[in-house]
Amino acid sequence: MDAMSSFSSSSFSAANPLLEVEHLSVFYRTVEALRDISLVIRPGRVTGAIGPNGAGKSTLIKAMLGLIPVAGAQITYGDRPLTNQLDRVAYVPQRSQVDLTYPATVWDVVMMGRVRQTGWFRRFSASSRQEARAALERVEMLDFCDRSISDLSGGQQQRVFLARSLAQHAEIFCFDEPFVGVDRKTEGILFNIFKALASEGKIVLVVNHDLGESITNFDDLILLNREVIAAGNRRIVLNDNNLTRAYGSRVNFFQEAA
Amino acid sequence: MPIDAFFEPLQYGFMQRSLAIAVLTGILCAVVGSYLMVQRLALLGDAISHSVLAGLAVAFILGVNIFVGAFIAGVLSTGAINLIRTRSPVKEDAAMGIVLSAFFALGITLITLVQKDNKIDLNHFLFGNILAVTGSDVRDTAIISVFILAVTVLLYKELHFYTFDKLGAQAVGLPVNLLDFGLTLAIALTIVASMKAVGVVLVLSMLITPPATAYLLVPRLHQMMVLGAAVGVVSSVSGMYLSYFYNLPSGPAIVLVASGLFLLALLFSPRHGLLTHPAGSQQPSPLLQEIKRLRK
Repeated sequence: MDAMSSFSSSSFSAANPLLEVEHLSVFYRTVEALRDISLVIRPGRVTGAIGPNGAGKSTLIKAMLGLIPVAGAQITYGDRPLTNQLDRVAYVPQRSQVDLTYPATVWDVVMMGRVRQTGWFRRFSASSRQEARAALERVEMLDFCDRSISDLSGGQQQRVFLARSLAQHAEIFCFDEPFVGVDRKTEGILFNIFKALASEGKIVLVVNHDLGESITNFDDLILLNREVIAAGNRRIVLNDNNLTRAYGSRVNFFQEAA
Repeated sequence: MPIDAFFEPLQYGFMQRSLAIAVLTGILCAVVGSYLMVQRLALLGDAISHSVLAGLAVAFILGVNIFVGAFIAGVLSTGAINLIRTRSPVKEDAAMGIVLSAFFALGITLITLVQKDNKIDLNHFLFGNILAVTGSDVRDTAIISVFILAVTVLLYKELHFYTFDKLGAQAVGLPVNLLDFGLTLAIALTIVASMKAVGVVLVLSMLITPPATAYLLVPRLHQMMVLGAAVGVVSSVSGMYLSYFYNLPSGPAIVLVASGLFLLALLFSPRHGLLTHPAGSQQPSPLLQEIKRLRK
């Protein structure tokens, strides 16, 4: 797996643009949620954003995508501001932020991934439906097409959201806590698809809080606690010193990942 | 005989107009109300509908079209709610309660002051009077209905995405604030268009009860709108006849039919019915258990 990720980074980072964040700060009323964040997210790598509760991991994604107001920042993809290229972004919010009792089937949700690409006042095309079908197949949910999303397990719901993001044909994928409340099978499917997306040269950013064995699936890590404690290759970021600075005390992590 | 009872009243012009209003508001309320329901904004519908009364009164006093006055009041009240919610620590439900009651009180006060001189009846604004609609009422309601239904069809996929997952929709660059504002306008217009049939106090029922009935029966939003519209039309037309034959206020009659249909769905829905799925009710209620524990 490591051989593959180093292969992908070397072959794509030159061709595909970087996602660059410079001097990003976020305030909630008077509380500073993120302080002067500057970092680079590379294509072709599965990048994890980790840190304690309240560290601002989800806030970082939302601020980058312009979903919440930021106090001065430059966020660029290639040489243009990211917020001018949101059609290249697929974002999957935390499941808890979506009303899962909404009257929609699996198919309805995946087709939402084609709304922006279809454009105003138009009907979904046959090729959009084909994209949706392929995406559902990839996450092994095609058989559930006509089921209500409220009837699915947490893991199945998460796979449907992943399929929605795949149907978007994005270049930048952002997932907020996708592993919360999902089963083993879903976790495996998610990580496999993240790796596949990275090897296609996409930017894959995943907010996560688990420091266990699954952390070996990330190539790069961003360690946050209101500010960037460390960022870059997983093996460099993961050490006792950095984690203690982020979490305020010694924490256990999967030692072989470092 | 029952067939006669259906057709016989329709020879009168006022009954034809009432029927037109009943059908239009039944459809319109269910479609717009579906969005209210899935966004859990039932209370916003209530707030706008009560606020509309103030606009009606002011429009009446100034002699302008009451639809315009009511519409402006609906938009103003939503703006006031958003201002309180975003610029102060007061939460949304409290903000709605404050604005709703303030506008409603203003409306009642103004209408009470002017109703004697103008031969209008506060009760008709509050509870509707479907048998008294005029030709221009029908025309205005028809224009509003066609406009809102057309917009709903044209923006269906964007609104579907936005109402399901606001953050996701915003992240792909959909103009979510514009969509939100558009929905608020649609709610205000719908309430104004339905006022003659059910009145401002009970219009919430037409917005929420038919879609909620359909929600218990079908799994997708557009199905909910279509079935909800059918429930709405059945309710408003039967309410209209009840009003005609038994001299009842039309709003309450319509709402009682809609509520009855909801009750049927609640009890017998194949997927969610209380009687078709009695599994959950085998546990004794936690409240009763606590009371028993206290008596020990």
